[in-house]
Amino acid sequence: MLDGLFAQADAVFLARFQFAFTIAFHIVFPAFTIGLASYLAVLEGLFLKTRNPVYQKLYRYWVKIFAVAFGMGVVSGIVLSYQFGTNWAVFSDKAGPVIGPLMGYEVLTAFFLEAGFLGIMLFGMNKVGERLHFFATLMVAFGTVLSAFWILAANSWMQTPAGFALNEQGQYIVTSWVEAIFTPSFPYRFVHMLLAAYLTTAFVVGAVGAWHLLKEKRSEVAQKMFSMAMWMALIVAPLQVFVGDLHGLNTQEYQPAKVAVMEGHFTSETQAPLYLFGWPNEETQKVDYAIKVPGLASLILKHDIDAEVTGLDAFPRDEWPPVPIVFWSFRIMVALGVLMVVLGIWSACLRWCGRLYESRALLRAAVWMGPSGFIAVLAGWIVTEVGRQPWVVYGLLRTQDAVSPIDAVGVAGSLIAFIVVYFIVFGAGAVYMIRKMASNPEHTHIPEYARVPMAAERLYHEEG
Amino acid sequence: MDYALIWAVLISIAVFAYVALDGFDLGVGILFPWFREEKFRDRMVNSVAPVWDGNETWLVLGGGGLLAVFPLAYSVLMPALYMPVIAMLLGLIFRGVAFEFRFKSRANKHWWDIAFMAGSMVATFCQGIMLGAMLQGIAVTDRAYSGGWFDWLSPFTIFSGLAVCVGYALLGATWLIMKTDGQLQGRAYRIAINTAVLLIIAIAGVSMFLVSHFENVADRWLNWPTSAALWLIPFLLAGIGSGLLNALVKKREGQPYWWALGVFFIAYLGFSISIFPYLVPFEITLWEAAGPDNSLAFLLAGAVVLLPIIFFYTGYAYWVFRGKVQEGDGYHD
Ligand code: HDD
Ligand code: HEM
Ligand code: HEM
Repeated sequence: MLDGLFAQADAVFLARFQFAFTIAFHIVFPAFTIGLASYLAVLEGLFLKTRNPVYQKLYRYWVKIFAVAFGMGVVSGIVLSYQFGTNWAVFSDKAGPVIGPLMGYEVLTAFFLEAGFLGIMLFGMNKVGERLHFFATLMVAFGTVLSAFWILAANSWMQTPAGFALNEQGQYIVTSWVEAIFTPSFPYRFVHMLLAAYLTTAFVVGAVGAWHLLKEKRSEVAQKMFSMAMWMALIVAPLQVFVGDLHGLNTQEYQPAKVAVMEGHFTSETQAPLYLFGWPNEETQKVDYAIKVPGLASLILKHDIDAEVTGLDAFPRDEWPPVPIVFWSFRIMVALGVLMVVLGIWSACLRWCGRLYESRALLRAAVWMGPSGFIAVLAGWIVTEVGRQPWVVYGLLRTQDAVSPIDAVGVAGSLIAFIVVYFIVFGAGAVYMIRKMASNPEHTHIPEYARVPMAAERLYHEEG
Repeated sequence: MDYALIWAVLISIAVFAYVALDGFDLGVGILFPWFREEKFRDRMVNSVAPVWDGNETWLVLGGGGLLAVFPLAYSVLMPALYMPVIAMLLGLIFRGVAFEFRFKSRANKHWWDIAFMAGSMVATFCQGIMLGAMLQGIAVTDRAYSGGWFDWLSPFTIFSGLAVCVGYALLGATWLIMKTDGQLQGRAYRIAINTAVLLIIAIAGVSMFLVSHFENVADRWLNWPTSAALWLIPFLLAGIGSGLLNALVKKREGQPYWWALGVFFIAYLGFSISIFPYLVPFEITLWEAAGPDNSLAFLLAGAVVLLPIIFFYTGYAYWVFRGKVQEGDGYHD
């Protein structure tokens, strides 16, 4: 039966689909936990400094949600690290000497650090004293950032490979680790992704704060989280737009075909237009239903309205990435970025007139923007990854040549299993997180001696 | 320097660390059917909740390390073991999320208990299957796996799968002996004795089967110098096995876990000797599988510095959570 169902789908397509599916699920959790870990560190630091119980309540409130998200991040991540081998055996053989050590360092520096201190962070409140507990939180936060560093170094090497040579087995061998880690696209990708994670978290926190404020205007805890989130939106969102622009300019230099697709430019031209909307048609090589601003693309990409912008006609047809999906994902990301900036500025105006917690319109808008970070992150990764096609290592190894020698039926089976399991498990996880977010943060329970075996032990000895 | 050999040793250590650590927390899941009382189950889960993530990270190091330093072995073994690997990953997903989910929903708690139990069992069974499949050999042509879809499936691999389940159950039971008391501990003692006997029989069975059915293995066991070890290992196994049973019968609660680890260590050593120096038995040696020296050296430099630090803070985390877990432990409110 499976044979019939997947008659046209070949093993390559299925392996790509499976990878895209599993990693798209995975990135949702890191995008949230990277930001949340840092946020928790800030909250605990502020509590230790000011002794304001609001911060402690916020910490206890968000750490529960963090635990759920982190657990899902871990299990979905383990899948990925094995999938390179199960589904991309040729890639693993050839690129393993480069990608492998980078991921090895990720495990050694980041994953162990996160995991080692996570237990103390979640369960050790009454066992280690405040300062050590704060230290554990800091280590977890630091671990998430380090993890992003290494995995993005790996990904950036695949986007803009550097510092390597080929050996006689066709493997890539690093000639300079500094060049292989700090490839041309890495600094931009790393900063852009970190900011993306912070924004994702800020908008979730902001939405939860806003939602509770809509129900209970005076909630101090909700006010605090909303206010903190809006500061993030005000400062980080414009920064992200700026970094995104630099990222794009860099991409134009190293992966011009990707930028041509993002912009919907089929032909190279001077005074190239910026398409705001439209449907890129690969058959006719035109953008249908276009709404465009003439010359603006030349201005943004070349800082000169008369400059020529490279179009897809400069590349062989079999090296084009799929056009509409990249074109549209890019627009979704940018539009959300602009909306984030708008919300930040709006909140700043209201804050200035002292009405930050009063305006129901702002609060409602913040609730609606809650998932915006996740959507922008996914859209951004689709731009990056689909825009790199048909290459898995840009310009060197084609995706279709990188797969494992296994047949379609097997991959189809595992793909179906992943889809079913992910929707059940992560669906349930999402429900639990949302339920927790809906609970009133004012009622957060601060466990004093709730679970202190050492204290309990003492009691036990004293009594018996 | 022979980087490939150093790395083979390091990765073996990582795999053993994984078995020693995740073994007991998977074992705790396998033992769920014998502990139906909710308060026992809560306590069992809480005994491993602060450490399970760190334990599982050794699995990531094993996989990531293999990709980094033995890319050829990684890219042959993973497709060869495709189904058990994927099934293991799915099992790990279910049990990994169950730690948090169990406490999030009263109504569905028993479902997440089943997820925890079944996930642990599936993951363990698949690890045993992979072990068996490695021992029985893997087909390779031109740097790629060339066997069939179900090569990993045989009576032998099913037996080794079950054997690893028994082994992890033993580790889980001895862990519970160390971390709990009262009725729960009493039951763990009984289970530990039964599984210990079963495990020793299973190890003997697997070994005998290996030597009698697989020429490659038999060759090395019946040839000098490994044949010396051949005679040593059963004695060691018998010695450690009786140490284990003795500690269980005399109820020395701190000891059985370490004795059980000893049994694992000896068995692990024996199986490593059976396939050394192959990483993909009996086709690709560790030197053939190794990546270029500079990748190995680059990661080794980090590993030498970082592994001791990791041991230090992992040890610290265990120390923070030392002692018995009590009922009602855990931050869930
Ligand atoms: C920008 C960040 C980022 C990106 C692009 C990825 N990850 Fe990830 N990953 C993390 C950031 C992260 C993290 C923040 O470190 C996580 C998320 C939650 C967690 O527990 O750690 C994590 C967890 C995590 C784990 C579990 C670690 C553990 O046992 O504690 C593994 C094995 C991976 N990831 C592997 C991958 C692979 C192979 C990826 C790409 C193909 C990948 N991740 C993309
Ligand atoms: C975390 C966010 C990421 C997302 C959402 C993502 C998404 C995707 C998508 C959608 C594809 C499919 C493209 C296509 O086939 O048309 C893909 C391909 C790929 N990506 Fe990523 N990716 C991410 C990060 C990474 C990282 C960090 C790495 C490596 C270190 C990586 C390695 C690959 C590989 C090997 C492929 C080729 C297989 C394929 O084409 O499907 N990805 N990714
Ligand atoms: C107007 C604002 C933005 C611009 C101009 C911009 C620009 C870009 C560009 C050009 C890329 C692709 C780079 C490449 O593949 O070489 C990219 C990727 C990405 N974007 Fe954006 N972006 C913007 C806003 C955002 C926002 C608001 C988020 C999330 C909160 C975000 C998240 C991402 C992510 C996760 C990626 C993939 C990883 C990467 O390549 O860095 N972006 N962005």
